[in-house]
Amino acid sequence: MARNPVTWLGSPTFPKAAHEALADTQLRQNLRKATGTIRGRRAAAVGEMTDWEQLRVAGEQIKDDVLSRLDTLLLQLEESVTARGGVVHWARDAEEANKIVLDLCRAENAREVVKVKSMATAEIGLNEALEAGGVHAIETDLAELIVQLGDDRPSHILVPAIHRNRSEIREIFQRRMGVEVSDEPADLAEAARVYLREKFLTAKVAISGANFAVADSGSIVVLESEGNGRMCLTLPETLITVMGIEKLVPTWQDLEVFLQLLPRSSTAERMNPYTSVWTGVTPGDGPQRFHLVLIDNGRTATLEDSVGRQALRCIRCSACLNVCPVYERTGGQSYGSVYPGPIGAILTPQLVGDMHDPQAASLPFASSLCGACFEVCPVRIDIPSVLTHLRAEAVEAKGRTAESVAMAAAAWVFREASRYEKAQKAGSLARFLARDGRITSLPWPGSKWTASRDVPAPPSESFRAWWRKNRG
Amino acid sequence: MRVALFATCLTDTFFPETARAVVRLLERLGCSVEFPLDQTCCGQMHFNTGYREHSKPLARKYTDVFGDYDHVVAPSGSCAGMVREVHPTLGESPPRTFELAEFLVDVLGVTDVGAWFPHRVTYHPTCHSLRMLGVGDKPLALLRAVKALDLVELPDSTHCCGFGGTFAVKNAETSTAMLADKMTSVLSTGAEVLSAGDNSCLMHIGGGLSRLRTGVRPVHLAEILASTEEDPWLATR
Amino acid sequence: MASAKEEILARIRNAKVPPVAPTVRGYDREGTGGVELFAERVADYRAIVHVVTDVPEALERLKGKRIVAPHDVPAEWLVDGVTWLHEPLTIEELDQSDGVLTGCAVAIADTGTIVLDGSEGQGRRALTLLPDYHLCVVRVDQIAASVPEALQRLEPTRPLTFISGPSATSDIELNRVEGVHGPRTLEVLIVG
Ligand code: SF4
Repeated sequence: MARNPVTWLGSPTFPKAAHEALADTQLRQNLRKATGTIRGRRAAAVGEMTDWEQLRVAGEQIKDDVLSRLDTLLLQLEESVTARGGVVHWARDAEEANKIVLDLCRAENAREVVKVKSMATAEIGLNEALEAGGVHAIETDLAELIVQLGDDRPSHILVPAIHRNRSEIREIFQRRMGVEVSDEPADLAEAARVYLREKFLTAKVAISGANFAVADSGSIVVLESEGNGRMCLTLPETLITVMGIEKLVPTWQDLEVFLQLLPRSSTAERMNPYTSVWTGVTPGDGPQRFHLVLIDNGRTATLEDSVGRQALRCIRCSACLNVCPVYERTGGQSYGSVYPGPIGAILTPQLVGDMHDPQAASLPFASSLCGACFEVCPVRIDIPSVLTHLRAEAVEAKGRTAESVAMAAAAWVFREASRYEKAQKAGSLARFLARDGRITSLPWPGSKWTASRDVPAPPSESFRAWWRKNRG
Repeated sequence: MRVALFATCLTDTFFPETARAVVRLLERLGCSVEFPLDQTCCGQMHFNTGYREHSKPLARKYTDVFGDYDHVVAPSGSCAGMVREVHPTLGESPPRTFELAEFLVDVLGVTDVGAWFPHRVTYHPTCHSLRMLGVGDKPLALLRAVKALDLVELPDSTHCCGFGGTFAVKNAETSTAMLADKMTSVLSTGAEVLSAGDNSCLMHIGGGLSRLRTGVRPVHLAEILASTEEDPWLATR
Repeated sequence: MASAKEEILARIRNAKVPPVAPTVRGYDREGTGGVELFAERVADYRAIVHVVTDVPEALERLKGKRIVAPHDVPAEWLVDGVTWLHEPLTIEELDQSDGVLTGCAVAIADTGTIVLDGSEGQGRRALTLLPDYHLCVVRVDQIAASVPEALQRLEPTRPLTFISGPSATSDIELNRVEGVHGPRTLEVLIVG
């Protein structure tokens, strides 16, 4: 089987990648500013809802329902889309999906296509595959455009160029668009508007993702802000939508939950500026040819894991990234995947499906388990629990290591109070290492601790020794 | 009320003063405190690092040691969280286990424990107390009632300090970057004492503060609450 | 060899995900907001809002402009002094107009949202997308209090566009800036 392009070929493990990212002070400043802003705004947008917790529970339950009868719902979706004049395609993996889309573009004689931001197409490396096949895909979402023009990689699922500040964006635009522009966000947005206008008005084929697909009606839903989505979904003659098989909701009514959860969680708005809903083809309005490509690419394998499958509830709001203290320091590119942050740490390794891959296996450890992600997740994915679950898989895949030997020894000691007490007494030797009551350097692996932190010298007497003496 | 103290392995070994403070405090409030000597560790480090199988016998041991008690109190939000939230997923039905602040406020129903602590203090509400247990601002309520204590708010208090168990070693640089921001927040308050309900986080932040020779002392919440005019807190770290 | 479809469905079945209990809809499905809340929330998006009693009078503001209007808007909206543009219109003609006047299908008070469904007085989707200015008339009886109530009033298989303020982006430093590809000015007339 071909390797899953959800991780970038040649990416270092998380600690190594983080080492580079942490040294980039500009990056850290940009991230701190952006995530700090959105955190506060999200909290306010959620704070005005009195039924937020009930909405989260409903969101969780609807998605769990979808996962429990995914086969039936997918067939239902296919039937409703087909009945309304759409064509449904199925793809087992990235390669298969890319080939379907490329063939569709070729059938339309399209050399250039416009794209609405989509995680699914980023995950399968569609742009690269199209390029290799002679079709140029133009990203029309502002942040995606910044990444594309900057020959960069995405670092956030909602705002892929979050690692760039306004002056960096200005520099990229001036260089690639050949225009003079200030670093005012309004001017930068205007530059993108002018640059893309012509492309929208002439494109014959558009490619989109989907936020939701309603099984019973066959309706596809895309939420966006800028209007680039509406351009792509409305003007071209042919529309190709690529979506993961888990993006379903059973009924139209279920959307009432997600249309409340998603905007507040992602951009901290009561509602995003534009949401488009279409069902197959509408004569006289919008694209007259519609293709829906359903991709698996590791999802069915994820579904098999009773703990890990909750990652498939994700609606890609990015709230967990914005509150994550690790993400805030390292940025998204350290995760080596289009899915960074807490959701990336649990979804990416599962989609890769191989814990012997050292990069993927390093991701579940990229967390202090602080739980901020779980707290904000609109579909209540217990990310910390999935992280520890995947850590166990990573440990198992690694087999015998210095760490596993030490852990086994520690567990052996802890199983008996008498052994534990002996070890405590032996440990008090460490006092001699301490200078004026603190230890400033330890041999490896303790050196990883003492590189930045002193260690308290163990006391002359443990608590249990004291208890035995005074109370026992 | 008969209460079992689960000291936690870290506090038992490195910070006995905290456990002694819990005993003093609870006895002052009329509890009879027992310390079953068979206790060791809740298995959190193993579980969180991916050694789930090793954590199982430790969870079992916990149930065996404390099973007869109606109330177990631990001076650690994360160990109490491990017992309450994770042990059941390992097949155990653990006894009711409380973090100190929630035990005082919810079970004993007190916020003024009669403490005296004439210092400027800021409080870091550790992640597991906050998010796993939902301890909320109970610790702050307890601190506000302490006589002579000058409580200063910690900016961005809910942000993780970067400890995270073995995370601090496996992703040491990221952990250190988080620590640096936490220390900046602590230093901005001008507090002499940084308090928390968990010695693991305190060891991490305190280790950083000590390395920088800041003079800010890490002091567990229990030690502040145990301190009285007659029997005041004495610096041990 | 099995087709992709068969194989994916087989893998799903093979995962044997247990059935779940029915969804508990404990959230508020009613909402209490009306005209005032709607007006306030639309304005929060930096759209321009007026509560009016007489539409033709309020349309004076369009005088001298070249405005697109679906052929089936109420005849009284097509006031004198405006160059009205009707279908069929090319993409270029829409792009070069000064604006568009439409009605709507439903509005949502809670979120300050207008929903178009392509039925009477709204035209096809491109009409409200390419012109840089959108003037939308909302009747009071079209305002639903909540998102659930609004969805209930809509027919999902129609082409729907939910509009909450003018086009905007949060892509630069996660701060909202109004005005990208969609209409940069949204003006709403609420008719009592
Ligand atoms: S895991 Fe939850 S918080 Fe994170 S992106 Fe997905 S839905 Fe949003």
